[in-house]
Amino acid sequence: MDLRFGDGKPTDEERAAVDALLGPPESSWEGADRDGMRAGDLRWARGGREARDRRDQLLPGLHAVNDRVGWISEGALDYLCRRLTVPPSEAYGVATFYAMFSVRPRPATVLHVCTDLACAAAGAGALCAGIESRLGPGSGVSVERSPCLGLCERAPAALAIRAGEPVRTAVSAPATVDSAVLAASAPDAAPEEPAAAMAVPQAGDPSLTLLRRVGAVDPASLDDYRAHGGYAALRRAFALGPAGVIREVTDSGLLGRGGAAFPTGRKWQATASQPDRPHYLVCNADESEPGTFKDRVIMEGDPYALVEAMTIAAYATGAHRGYLYLRGEYPRALHRMRHAIDRARARGLLGDDVLGQGYAFDIEIRRGAGAYICGEETALFNSIEGYRGEPRSKPPFPVEKGLFGKPTVENNVETLVNVLPVLTMGAPAYAAIGTGRSTGPKLFCVSGSVGRPGIYELPFGATLGELLELAEVRDGLRAVLLGGAAGGFVRADELDIPLTFEGTRQAGATLGSGVVMAFDDTVPLPRLLLRIAQFFRDESCGQCVPCRVGTVRQEEALTRMVERTGSGAAGDIALLREVGSAMRDASICGLGQTAWNAVESAIDRLGAYE
Amino acid sequence: MTVTPLGIPRRLLEFTLDGEPVRAPEGSTILDACRAAGKDIPTLCEGDTLTPKNACRVCVVEVEGSRTLVPACSRRAEPGMEVRTGTERARHSRKVVLELLASSVDLSTTPRAAEWIKEYEAKPDRFGPDAARVDEEPRVDNDLYVRDYGKCILCYKCVDACGDQWQNSFAISVAGRGFDARIAVEHDGPLTESACVYCGNCIEVCPTGALSFKSEFDMRAAGTWNEAAQTRTTTVCAYCGVGCNLTLHVQDNEIVKVSSPHDNPVTHGNLCIKGRFGYQHVQNRD
Ligand code: SF4
Ligand code: SF4
Ligand code: SF4
Ligand code: FES
Ligand code: FES
Repeated sequence: MDLRFGDGKPTDEERAAVDALLGPPESSWEGADRDGMRAGDLRWARGGREARDRRDQLLPGLHAVNDRVGWISEGALDYLCRRLTVPPSEAYGVATFYAMFSVRPRPATVLHVCTDLACAAAGAGALCAGIESRLGPGSGVSVERSPCLGLCERAPAALAIRAGEPVRTAVSAPATVDSAVLAASAPDAAPEEPAAAMAVPQAGDPSLTLLRRVGAVDPASLDDYRAHGGYAALRRAFALGPAGVIREVTDSGLLGRGGAAFPTGRKWQATASQPDRPHYLVCNADESEPGTFKDRVIMEGDPYALVEAMTIAAYATGAHRGYLYLRGEYPRALHRMRHAIDRARARGLLGDDVLGQGYAFDIEIRRGAGAYICGEETALFNSIEGYRGEPRSKPPFPVEKGLFGKPTVENNVETLVNVLPVLTMGAPAYAAIGTGRSTGPKLFCVSGSVGRPGIYELPFGATLGELLELAEVRDGLRAVLLGGAAGGFVRADELDIPLTFEGTRQAGATLGSGVVMAFDDTVPLPRLLLRIAQFFRDESCGQCVPCRVGTVRQEEALTRMVERTGSGAAGDIALLREVGSAMRDASICGLGQTAWNAVESAIDRLGAYE
Repeated sequence: MTVTPLGIPRRLLEFTLDGEPVRAPEGSTILDACRAAGKDIPTLCEGDTLTPKNACRVCVVEVEGSRTLVPACSRRAEPGMEVRTGTERARHSRKVVLELLASSVDLSTTPRAAEWIKEYEAKPDRFGPDAARVDEEPRVDNDLYVRDYGKCILCYKCVDACGDQWQNSFAISVAGRGFDARIAVEHDGPLTESACVYCGNCIEVCPTGALSFKSEFDMRAAGTWNEAAQTRTTTVCAYCGVGCNLTLHVQDNEIVKVSSPHDNPVTHGNLCIKGRFGYQHVQNRD
């Protein structure tokens, strides 16, 4: 293919950022001098297959520039395109897809202030106003209102990112105007974040399974991980062989924890048996559901567990390469996972010969860049491949044609770490935890009007009330959002709902990603619902009409309804129902299909506008 | 019209369409089968020369056992499938999708849109006068064609035609996301600074008139565009030896635009800048 590039020239800094990622350019059309007819004209390239095969470096390349300079200029984008033989129009489409990138000049420091549900309930509105008035124009900081930062247990939260070499980040949570401004103006001097274990109120409880090591183990030390039982599961996996591992996982009854509750063993089997090669493993760590932060805590507190679990999943399904797609807003998790993967590789636990068993496996980390939709499995593949993070239509399913068009098994962090106890305790013992259909332990992210917010581990089957009691729910509980923005509300008198997949379904609710957000009667419900609608409007990829326009119409109606009740709201409620059912029925992916769930449940169960 | 090459005969599979057993060649979509059975399903993003993106969702039908509706244009028929095209549920979604589209963009030059809006009793006005619209000034940055994104339904057809499905120029792409997503060239600049080679293949596939010949755009603005008064003549392009078919649209003895028959097995409706836009010399009467 013939590609045409613009005249844009990168600055030295931009060129250095790209070259640091891709290495110096090798041939003329990659950006240096050329011979022949169009010598010196950088606007044309006859792309070789090799360069095009690096299309998947587009997202890392955009990160490299954005990290170094703070935004992506025309010259930088053009240079990156030349290096990768990517059409500039497509790269522009990708760069403008992600919220963390800017194609317009902006200050080197961006302060993301969360205005999502838990933070809004904890006063994010006033915090934002305070920060903005303190950091007026000319402060060198761009303040951006952000969806959930995954720090809900410490709401309200803010994340400062300062471009440079290296890029600096600082988290402020719970944030005050002072602490957030400090994080933005001096990220290096900002106080250290509390340990991951602080997000686990049960830390140290000997009955824990998944969270057993969080707080007990040094997340930086591989030896400490092994001293706490690490790598026993992988040894057992090698002893069982791939088919044996799949049998154990199937017998354990483990269901995917990402929301769809698909049997993990079946998914692994389906991938393992595909004749097409190679197979890929993708770990979905793009946790962006408002109210969810469990993956972050696992990656920060017990990173080697995820490395080990990914190795087992890859071994069972015949994958030799795994991608860890990590949310862009999680700097500490990124740092810890990077460290863990490097250490594991150095010690022969990743690489050509894992544990001396002749099995090759390695993990590459890919950072998301602020797009909730990339948590949808096929959107995630597109994102890794360097395309816009738009969901693909299914069929074909990922087990057949996933990442790079190859058979791919995709699991989220919580699902994967469950494989460790499955193998160490054996399928029957694991299946004995929980209920008959929902087996094993389950993580819940509790936030909102509770005294001890954080991640809780309970066997499936505990009731919502039991969980909220543990979390010391405050008086005056009005509603609980179960399953996040894509889930639904339940009433304060429905706390006997058993927390299982079947139990919540029977109650007309969903476990979703394990979000439990409690709201007391001081929280204005209509504003909360409007915020949910804004979230979906912002996060829709825009591909299909019911979602692209439907989320806008939904937000418009909820804006009108903020001050209305009874018959004044009836017309808009009817409108919402009609649009909502078309969104649920006709949208391409889960985002559009679930965008109306929470609002519908608030109308029907809570009588939000009566 | 889809041209089916006379290859090895494909096996037939059997499934149920609105209660009637039908047979369709393996690999056909539900839409193919519907059309063969004489059923009229609205479609916008489906195009006879492209792989549909199935993004518009006006063609949704009900398939037994599927949680959601499925796009007829893209879902392959499977043996034993039970498909229902005219159910309350499917019709409701089509109606709402038409309302959402018509309330957000200008469908006045979209063929059949008005007819479907009537058939499904869609009421695009119900979202109120303040409903957000894509209100954009048409982009007139060259003499050949105009981009009027206030009419764009984001069907991705132009992107696919310009990109790997036909032209391989990759001049345009979708930028931004959600309601702010737009078709754009790099850095959202003018076409003249992009990789566009003015083949006009994107205009050929655009279902809404968002992309149109400058001649058509100007005549519409002047109120002189009159499709009923136009004749169409298909001829062979004289510029080179490939022999592409051109359809000349003539109004008042002037060529007002050039299209190309989609059923031509060589070009499938695609042309180059000369065939598409180089008609001025024909009517140069000096
Ligand atoms: S439902 Fe929404 S997020 Fe999903 S593909 Fe459609 S527009 Fe994109
Ligand atoms: S005229 Fe041809 S090259 Fe230009 S944007 Fe349209 S399809 Fe692409
Ligand atoms: S410009 Fe036309 S072809 Fe392109 S996406 Fe819009 S409606 Fe479709
Ligand atoms: S961090 Fe603000 S709501 Fe989650
Ligand atoms: S025509 Fe089928 S989804 Fe657009």
